[in-house]
Amino acid sequence: MSQAALADAPIPHKIDANAPPAIVLDKVNKWYGTMHVLRDVTMTVAAQERVVVCGPSGSGKSTMIRCINRLETHQEGRIVVDGTELTDDLRALDTIRREVGMVFQSFNLFPHLTILENCTLAPIWVRKMPKAEAEELAMSYLTRVKIPDQAKKYPGQLSGGQQQRVAIARALCMKPKIMLFDEPTSALDPEMIKEVLDTMIGLAESGMTMVCVTHEMGFARQVADRVVFMDRGEIVESGTPQRMFEDPQTDRLKLFLSQILRGH
Amino acid sequence: MSDVTADPRFAAGRAAPRRRLRLSWSDPTFRAIVWQVLIVGLVGLVLWYLVRNTNQNLAARHIATGFGFLDRVAGIPIGETLVPYNPAVNTYGRALIVGVLNTLKVAVVGIVLATLLGTVIGIGRLSSNWLLSKLTAFYVETLRDIPLLLQLLFWYTVLQGLPAPRQAIRLGEVFLSNRGIKVPLLEIQSAHEWAFLAFVIGLVATVLWNRRAARQQAATGVRPRVWPVAIGLLIGLPLVVWAVLGAPLTFEVPVLRGFNFQGGGTLSPEYFALLLGLVTYTAAYIAEIVRSGIQAVPQGQWEAAGALGLRSGMVLRKVILPQALRVIVPPMTSQYLNLTKNSSLAVAIGYQDIVSIANTTLNQTGQAIEGIAVIMAVYLTISLSISLFMNWYNAHIALVER
Repeated sequence: MSQAALADAPIPHKIDANAPPAIVLDKVNKWYGTMHVLRDVTMTVAAQERVVVCGPSGSGKSTMIRCINRLETHQEGRIVVDGTELTDDLRALDTIRREVGMVFQSFNLFPHLTILENCTLAPIWVRKMPKAEAEELAMSYLTRVKIPDQAKKYPGQLSGGQQQRVAIARALCMKPKIMLFDEPTSALDPEMIKEVLDTMIGLAESGMTMVCVTHEMGFARQVADRVVFMDRGEIVESGTPQRMFEDPQTDRLKLFLSQILRGH
Repeated sequence: MSDVTADPRFAAGRAAPRRRLRLSWSDPTFRAIVWQVLIVGLVGLVLWYLVRNTNQNLAARHIATGFGFLDRVAGIPIGETLVPYNPAVNTYGRALIVGVLNTLKVAVVGIVLATLLGTVIGIGRLSSNWLLSKLTAFYVETLRDIPLLLQLLFWYTVLQGLPAPRQAIRLGEVFLSNRGIKVPLLEIQSAHEWAFLAFVIGLVATVLWNRRAARQQAATGVRPRVWPVAIGLLIGLPLVVWAVLGAPLTFEVPVLRGFNFQGGGTLSPEYFALLLGLVTYTAAYIAEIVRSGIQAVPQGQWEAAGALGLRSGMVLRKVILPQALRVIVPPMTSQYLNLTKNSSLAVAIGYQDIVSIANTTLNQTGQAIEGIAVIMAVYLTISLSISLFMNWYNAHIALVER
């Protein structure tokens, strides 16, 4: 299906260059013990921009995206999200977490809550929304990801693809300005990847700012404004999908692309 | 599941064929039936032998069976009782009830305290504080590696090592001596009873207020604060009632008379040693259950809830604990049962629980079978009650998976 997606034309898209940037990473460094996992990572994501991050496993791409909503803490450098710098300050953390939605590789739905309750938990307890309003909001997003009829079921009763779409709806219910995707399709069976990618494409069309760690090159081609290639904790190369895939400059990217394509 | 039958793909299918039983040793069903018949027969045979043998022996020794002895005067002196008891007047039945209550006194208090202590230690072991996690790990490894009987004897010996009443260690009006712990006892007056009534009313009002808060949150999104109201209702209201009625406060203070204290409340060394031993020992196991329960919830749940903007306290309450509890409750039931049954070790340090009193009864009356039957019936009843309650609770919090 990567081939099918590849055939689709890129979504027409314009970024307002004058708007303040959504995410700024400035010389971000991080260590796990003695292992240097992020090295001087510098990157700016404009509002409404769609960035795909790729790279071999262990390259630090997941760590970087997890630093953006502070699931991981960086030890050096600056991260500014929507004008708020990420520090130890708890109020800054609250602000960031409300603005930034995240979708995980392993879905991480709450197994003890129904699909609807998964979606309304944060709006009710964080946004202080009346229950009826939260449920209405949740149903509208569940309709958007095409599973409103599963609202009363529990996550364990859904397929992987459905679970990931619920996870996307759950994040959207907080009305985030930025969405982070950490390998959203890596844990899915091939026939379910498309339904999740379609949901993400729909989201991109609505103008959401997105940073997405993925190996789905067809998705990158169709949706991304920019592809960032990471290896060994640093950003090696970045550019438009077309330029990156057709005219890679570095040997590391060439090697990576050849391995990815062989895999497909 | 109901939509499976509604699914047109399944409606058109034919019924599954029924399996036929073959009278052959290679048929698994036939084999299973033969084994079951054999085992039931064997158990029946053993039972028949036991009953016959017992009856013959009882007849040979001219022992009458039956529970008539329960109505006879016991004459067993009992040190501490929850209900009035006089060995010269009261019956064996009454003595056994005193024993059951003594068992319940140590089991119920023990279960509550062990749960609290175990939970604190279990969470402590998960702490990122090096000292705290090592100390709690040391506690768990030490306490559960030493036999309980030894620990009970240790605590009892320690308490026996306290000075005699005349040299009692004094902490305010509390006296520690080898006769136990003496505490001042509040002299109950009508004002206290009214204050208690006010507390009960406050409790009901708090529950109602909590429900109202939940309704209001559902309607408006904002949850009114519950804890200030709860404090006002649970503490403030009884205090006001008590103050209005003249705020009486007199204590019956323990006073040394001769070789022992008179007045005040007493925790006997036997009870205290048993309680301390059972609580500290069981808490070590409960700590491990709590720790593993919390660890059984994947890290991703913390991350997903955190990424949605929930603060850690809220994550624990709404996401982690509901999932951890379903792992914690079943083994917790076993620990409650263990604590209750382990309380029978009271016999070793002279606390008069049901086993101790039934044992004495058995020795005095010679009604061994009845005595043992009483002990078994008591533990079975307590254990089944605990199991029933915990199973109900477990079903209440169970996770709907499929």
